[in-house]
Amino acid sequence: MSDVVKDPESDAVDVVDPAGEVAADRGAHAGDHHGGHDDHGHHTSLGLSNVKLAMWLFLGSECLLFGGLISTYMLYRNRHSDEVGPDQLWDIPFTSASSFVLLMSSLTMVLAVSAINRRDERNCRLWLTVTATLGGLFLAGQVYEFTTFYREGLGYTDSLFSSSFYTLTGFHGAHVAIGIIMLLSTVGMLAKGRITGDKGETVEMVGLYWHFVDVVWILIFTLVYLIPA
Amino acid sequence: MAIIERPASESAGAVEVYDPSVATPSSSYGFLRRPVESTGWRSWAFTVDHKKIGIMYGVVAMVFFIVGGIEAGLIRLQLAQPEGTVLSADYYNQMFTMHATTMVFLFVMPMAAAFANYMIPLQIGARDVAFPRLNALSLWVFVFGGIFLNTSWFLGGGADGGWFMYAPNSDVPFSPSNGVDFWALGLQITGIASLVGAVNLITTCLNMRAPGMSLMRMPIFTWMAMVVQFLLLFAMPVITVALFMLIFQRNYDATFFSVAEGADPLLWQHLFWIFGHPEVYIIVLPSFGIVSEVLPVFSKKPLFGYPFVVFSGAAIGFVGWGVWAHHMFASGLGPVSVAVFSVATMAIAVPTGVKIINWTLTMWGGKLQFTTAMLFAIGLIVQFTIGGLSGVTHSVAPSDTQQTDTYYIVAHFHYVIFGGGVLGLFAGMYYWWPKIFGKCLHEGWGKQNFWWMIVGMNLTFGPMHIIGLQGQPRRMYQWTEFRAGEGFFNLGFWNMVATIGTFVLAIGVVFWMIAVWVTHRPGSKVPPAPLDPWDARSLEWMTTSPPKPHNFDRTPTVHALDEVFHRKYEDVTGEDLPEFPDPARAEAHHNYVKVATLEEIVAEEERLGDEHVHLPAPSYWPIVLAFSLPVIAYGVIYTSWLIAVGAAIAVLAIFGWALEPADAEESDFEPPSEGESSKELAHV
Repeated sequence: MSDVVKDPESDAVDVVDPAGEVAADRGAHAGDHHGGHDDHGHHTSLGLSNVKLAMWLFLGSECLLFGGLISTYMLYRNRHSDEVGPDQLWDIPFTSASSFVLLMSSLTMVLAVSAINRRDERNCRLWLTVTATLGGLFLAGQVYEFTTFYREGLGYTDSLFSSSFYTLTGFHGAHVAIGIIMLLSTVGMLAKGRITGDKGETVEMVGLYWHFVDVVWILIFTLVYLIPA
Repeated sequence: MAIIERPASESAGAVEVYDPSVATPSSSYGFLRRPVESTGWRSWAFTVDHKKIGIMYGVVAMVFFIVGGIEAGLIRLQLAQPEGTVLSADYYNQMFTMHATTMVFLFVMPMAAAFANYMIPLQIGARDVAFPRLNALSLWVFVFGGIFLNTSWFLGGGADGGWFMYAPNSDVPFSPSNGVDFWALGLQITGIASLVGAVNLITTCLNMRAPGMSLMRMPIFTWMAMVVQFLLLFAMPVITVALFMLIFQRNYDATFFSVAEGADPLLWQHLFWIFGHPEVYIIVLPSFGIVSEVLPVFSKKPLFGYPFVVFSGAAIGFVGWGVWAHHMFASGLGPVSVAVFSVATMAIAVPTGVKIINWTLTMWGGKLQFTTAMLFAIGLIVQFTIGGLSGVTHSVAPSDTQQTDTYYIVAHFHYVIFGGGVLGLFAGMYYWWPKIFGKCLHEGWGKQNFWWMIVGMNLTFGPMHIIGLQGQPRRMYQWTEFRAGEGFFNLGFWNMVATIGTFVLAIGVVFWMIAVWVTHRPGSKVPPAPLDPWDARSLEWMTTSPPKPHNFDRTPTVHALDEVFHRKYEDVTGEDLPEFPDPARAEAHHNYVKVATLEEIVAEEERLGDEHVHLPAPSYWPIVLAFSLPVIAYGVIYTSWLIAVGAAIAVLAIFGWALEPADAEESDFEPPSEGESSKELAHV
């Protein structure tokens, strides 16, 4: 055998304590879906936990999804009938208010993550619920807005502008809705003690997703509502 | 030594021994028992083992390869003679659309995924991928998506808009059957599989490497596969947007592609090709990785300029995003765009050329062994170079406007995709077959397979250069004798040659099946392969063949690129040895002597193996979640209540998944395992 193989230092065997629990778990064991109890921190090659890395990758992919939808909207934003276009429809004060509500939900999300990092589950659940409520308020605003636009004559199939507007904002709304479901599920699972991975990390992942959805809305609000046609 | 407590099937590999005392689940988790069996169909359907998933990816991909091949054969039969009558115009349109879709999305991509799944964890010294259940989800989403797409044949006909499905041509007025809906929804589903796989495999490559496995020590196949996953990660959402718009246009009367309303027909083209050009590299880069593994092994030399191969692969990955509009030169983009994309396209030939140089110099001066895997690898270099050169002729925009929509384009991309992609995948099959199944594929039939395929592909696609420059358009279901040309350029002659070539190629594929049959039939005389049949260099060989469920008895510590080579051979440069009598030569070259065989190294690893191996447990939820997607898709086409049913299944599966512990519980096994270490035991 070459001496490479026999090198004892670099090939330490798992340390097993008398109770039979594995005391030291080396990094390269099979992964699990939650990123789990033992692959965050310095055990992974990059020092970033698997779930966190995966979430960042997924959000990177989502950027291109919204990129495609926003590009389509920008291409078609001026292609509408003379009667119902942005100038007739937009209610900037109302949408500003609902945007403010969504942005505030990012703040409460941060408070939830901060609470779970202090192992304060009760406050974490509280802030998660507040975040979900603010998200729900935003969604309610979007439903109200869509209904108003529809009453004023902007159907989904009416013009290139309407199709691309409803598709873009609808996709964002769907992301918010999924986020709310994730938030409420996390509240429920925290309460019942059913979270199978690292609690702090789970809340942080939901938070990453939630902040992403908010950031996308800042882009949409600016490009769709604020920039004049 | 006892590594884990349930080793019943360790050495049996794919053909596992049934041991009832091990495999019966006895308790329940929630309302379902954990599917902990290690044999039978349940051990495959619910597995999260990257090796089983890889094998299933490969098997399903080969089935679709045959389906796509039959479609190709029908196309060539139709075009063999003027005024062909084998297919109607309508069927011909469906045939070429589904041929391309099947080969690209259901054969080459999943076959590359098969190798990536199987090899990446082994090559980086990991026990599985980062998210084993997501890996199972990718597989089943792909399988159900592929089946869904092909059910269109029985439900009113396949898609007929060409594989790039230009809208508005693919809108209802021009394509009234449900074929395009099946196509759009089917690709949406397989796209989910690719996206999930990309997230999973990138995380695996970046985060699960064994100690010492720095990025610049990663085996080259893993590198290329990782670049591909990044391309998938960013390309898939773009086609997703385009497909959603097409689905909404066709099923819910959206107006994205309604030209009467003022829609821009270039919108689809841009979105499609922003995805579609990276897709080209998604197809060829895995094969580039495979030949970069195969050539050094059979040349007995390290890969020439490993960093150059890595960085040229990454460069292809970057520049691949800036060349998409060269597919649209004929659509009137304007001189500035055309010039920019023309130059970018010429630039991307540079990193590709770097790779060809590296492969050639890897072989230069080596002790070449012409095994079947090596023949396929050399075939790739030659054929891909031809395809690459005709590709450069497209980058010159004036020349491209002549070639657009002729058979010259068809010739080019088949040399690239078949010559660059498929030949590499076959090289990988012959190279890794002993690793995966424990036996080398029969070399005699393998060589038949290679020569018939290589001759067949040149007979099929070579004449298409001539046919195309003569002006025969692609996607026309008939050609006529009128203006067929005289003498050497006669269309009739070359069309017949191409059709004959297709069947030569098909015979080559049949020889592949014979090779598999001869190797694995009951009573086969092909002996089990030694652990190291090719004198290989990278980490996946440092375990048994087929590998144990936990891959490595202990996590390897990596000290060098080509780790296994350096464990087998010692550098004796400059030493006075009888094998190297000439001291001057000994100074000038690195001299290696073999100090260990892989059998010895693996036996040593087994002796020092870990006490406790922690493996993730199988799960029902990935296949259930994957099943919900085609249900939703049928609902979109036929009746909306099915959407609700599919969504309900999906929600159930997601919550079941989220609430499921990552590891099987003790009580899931019968009998409960003994001893203190049972907690680490998850599944075998």
